[in-house]
Parts: sequence; structure tokens; C-alpha cells
Amino acid sequence: MKNEHWKSLLLSVVLFAFFIGVWFVATQPKESAQQAAAQDEYAALMGKGAAKSGGFPPPQEIGKAIVTHLSDPFKDNGPNDKGIAIQLGHSLGRVGLGFALAILVALPLGFTIGMSPLLHRALDPFIQVLKPISPLAWMPLALYTIKDSDLSGIFVIFICSVWPMLINTAFGVANVRKDWLNVARTLEVKPLRKALTVILPAAAPTILTGMRISMGIAWLVIVAAEMLVGGTGVGYFVWNEWNNLALPNVIFAILVIGVVGMILDRCFAGLQKLVSYTE
Amino acid sequence: MAFLQVDNLAKSYTGNDAPVFENVNFSIEKGEFVCIIGHSGCGKTTILNALAGLENASAGNLIMDGREVVGPGLDRGVVFQSHALMPWMSVIDNVKFGVRSRWPDWSKAQIEAQATQYLEMVGLGHALHKKPSMLSGGMKQRVGIARAFAIQPKMLLLDEPFGALDALTRGTIQDELLKIVQATEQTVFMITHDVDEAILLSDRILLMSNGPRARIAEIVQVTLPRRRTRHDMHHDPRFYRIRNHLVDFLVSRSKDPKPAGEIHPPVVRPGEDEPLTASLAA
Repeated sequence: MKNEHWKSLLLSVVLFAFFIGVWFVATQPKESAQQAAAQDEYAALMGKGAAKSGGFPPPQEIGKAIVTHLSDPFKDNGPNDKGIAIQLGHSLGRVGLGFALAILVALPLGFTIGMSPLLHRALDPFIQVLKPISPLAWMPLALYTIKDSDLSGIFVIFICSVWPMLINTAFGVANVRKDWLNVARTLEVKPLRKALTVILPAAAPTILTGMRISMGIAWLVIVAAEMLVGGTGVGYFVWNEWNNLALPNVIFAILVIGVVGMILDRCFAGLQKLVSYTE
Repeated sequence: MAFLQVDNLAKSYTGNDAPVFENVNFSIEKGEFVCIIGHSGCGKTTILNALAGLENASAGNLIMDGREVVGPGLDRGVVFQSHALMPWMSVIDNVKFGVRSRWPDWSKAQIEAQATQYLEMVGLGHALHKKPSMLSGGMKQRVGIARAFAIQPKMLLLDEPFGALDALTRGTIQDELLKIVQATEQTVFMITHDVDEAILLSDRILLMSNGPRARIAEIVQVTLPRRRTRHDMHHDPRFYRIRNHLVDFLVSRSKDPKPAGEIHPPVVRPGEDEPLTASLAA
């Protein structure tokens, strides 16, 4: 088992090295001397001095960008020059707030729906219609009604996080084993205590799965939302660097988004493990 | 009036004209151990669930200790066939859950002491903090029994508690249950499919005819002395008389019971004329 672990790790490293190598070779400047001379001349005509190589940045430039950004993550030199940590903080803040709001709505509502087959049937058509709507489609409506771009971003996170949580909570609550509920009934356990000590722990793994899915979606959506809303956040950072045509920075931001997303997912996986049980 | 009085109990499901059972009459005295035997589908579990208050009968009355049984309650402890332990709680937490429900005002230490005492009684003092998933089937069922006993109910209801256990484990737990019941004078109503188990444990055995329209066809008085053990029980000639009577009923007579007009089932005492063996009578 341990051996397998090392093997897979080694393979990952090899694949990574191969990928970087191919990238490095593919982005080597390969103009002939003549072309270069012509370009120099053209550049001079255009009054630009020395030519800057265009095209896709090679890996070492990304490396440079990573070092520059990570060496000063908390810088704040005005709206267009903030450190990556500050941008991430804004994004995580929005996601956290929208996600927390979604929990506040989805858990009690999911509990109610899960307990009452009548309500479940009554609300199901609404949920089925609202669930597949892209969260960004709500953006114009949010901007119009809330009139605040920051809050609109939070609303978009809320609306995309709420459905998986709601559906999973309702499903988990509705499928608590009848035996456990019967135990609670024969022990005359009061409704609130029953909800907290029997139904919640029984449904917790399902609920946490819903939350993990929600968090994944929220992290996907925040980047797009911030591109639209602007101002702060990693999404805005990506868009801003694209406008600067600073591709190394864009690639750096993409990496950061991936890593942070993975960390968030790992956190929820840990929580899931914490509440899971074997029968 | 008996401790538990069941009058004309019946159960029918809508859309199905023939009731599963009807005219079920029996009573249980305080401190009595009563088993009910019958083929699958005769409604044994429904009767037990009605006593537990988990299911409503279609007709009839249930009166326990002078009061009508309405809904589930702490005066009746239930041991479920599937043990029904909460898998996210440790063994002792499962029992404490019941104890705390029964005595909400008790201190933590009191609750802990009560739960520990009953778990030790079923021989699980060494596994207090294990999760149910780490226990064998027999141990899980013991926890279920401890949980039911720990709330000191007026009556204990056991729904085929040993059905899923292997024969050896079943024997050990039967012995333990017998010991505990004899020590606590607990009133017990139990469903079983096992004829030997019924003879070992009960004072009286209710025999149910097959459904639909099942009813209690006969009440068998176990004529063995109350102090009996699994080891010497089968040396008593009365044991075979009772056993044969029960098996005969299950094999042939359960399909075709006595005429339906009979509402109060006859009481039979197989082996009454046999002398008690010396070892048992002592």
C-alpha cells in the first residue's frame, strides 16, 4: 500500500516534469535571424525600441510571476494593484458570506421539506425549475434590485449554493432510518432534541455532501461573478491582467484558483469524514 | 384486572377487506413472561407495535396498568429486531440516550452510572466506548436489551430479538435474558420463531393461527417450574410434551384453527400429568 503511494507520487512528478518540458520547448523563441531583423526594423518604425516577444509565455516567466506575487501578497497600491492575498480574501469573503446565508436558509428549509412529504411535493416543482438556472443569469436582476455590486456577488453565491444543500438536506432527513425514529418515539424524545440528536447526525453525511458540492459550485461561480462585477477578488484580478495582456499573471491566478478550490474541497472532505458513520 | 388487557384487537389495511388479525384477546399479569408464536404474516409484529404505540390497531382496546395505551411511551421498553442502535453514538451513549430521556433531571454522573450498570448486566462492561459497528451482532443486541432495561419500563417488548443471531450466541443471550428477567421481575412480551426459546423463557405462550383473519388460537401454559436452564430443561419429560404440542400446532393446526366463534382462546397445559423431575423440582 505504502509502495503504491510512492509509485503514484513519482508518476505525478514525472508527468509534471514532462508537461513543463513540453511547455518550455513549445514556447522557445524560434524566429530566424532575418525575421527577427525585420521585426526589429518594424518595431523601430513603430517607435517601440527593442521588440518584446509576443506569444504564449514560457514556464520560467510564470515562475517569475509566482515569485513576484507571492513575495508581496498583501500589497495594496490602489484598485488595480493589490496583492493576491487581498484579492483572495475578497473572494473568500464573498463565498463565505453567500455560503453561510445559504446554510441558514437551506438547513431549516431542507429539514422541513424532508419531514413533510406534503411540503416536499408542493415545493418540488419550484426547486426543479430554479435549480438548473445558471447563477450568473440572476446577476442583472440582482444588480437591479440590490443596487450594490458587492452584495450582488454575494447573492449569486447564495443562490448557487442553496440548491445542492437544500436537496441533500431534504433527502437526508427524509431517509433517516425508521428504526432510529421509532427508538426516539418510544423514548418520548421531544421534537427539538430528536432533530438535533437523531435526525441531524443521521442525515449529516448527506448534508455535508450537499455542502461540498455547493462549495465547489460557489468557487466556480465567484470567479465569473467577479469578472462581471469588478472591483476586487481573484475573478477581477484575472480580468484585469487580461486587459493588461499580462498572461503570466493570468496563469498565476488560474493556478491560485485551482489550489484554493482544492483546499476548500479537502476541508469539506475532512468534515464529511468527521460526521460519517458505519452501520 | 390483569396488568395488560388486550380486547378484541384487529388490524386491517385499507383496500384489503380481510383483516390481518381480528378478535385478539389476551392478558398479561405483572412479572409474567409471555411469548407469541405464529407463522410470518399473522400480525405478531403489528400486535407488538400496537402495544409499543408505534402502530394503530383498527379496532379493539389496549389497557396497561389501568390506562389505555395511546402512542409510544417510556413505560414500555422496546427491543427491536434490527437492534436499532444509533451508529454515530458509542455503546454507552446509546444507553445514556434512553436514560436521559427517561430521567431528564438526572445529573450526568447519575445517567452515566445507570447506563454503565445495565451494560455491565448484559456483560458489556468492557465495550462501553466502542461504536456499534465494531461489535458483533450478539453484542449489538445486548446493547439494545440494556437500553430497554435501563429505562426501567413497566413492560418490555421484544420483537424477535435473537432472530438474526447464530445458535451459539442466541443461547448465551437467552441465558442472560433469563437471568435478568428473573432478577428484575420484569413483565415481558416477546415475539419469537424459536419453539425452544419460547419454552425456556416464557410462563405462557400465545399461539397465533395463520393470517388473514389470524387470531390467538390457543394459550399454552408452560408447565415447567420457573427456575429452569437451557442445560437441564430438556431432561424434563414435560419439556417434550410442550415442545411437541407447539410444533404440532405450527405444522398442522395453525392453518385450520378452531371455529371462529371462539373469542377467548382455550388454555392448555401440556405435560401437566407428568411428574416433575427431581433435579428441576429441587
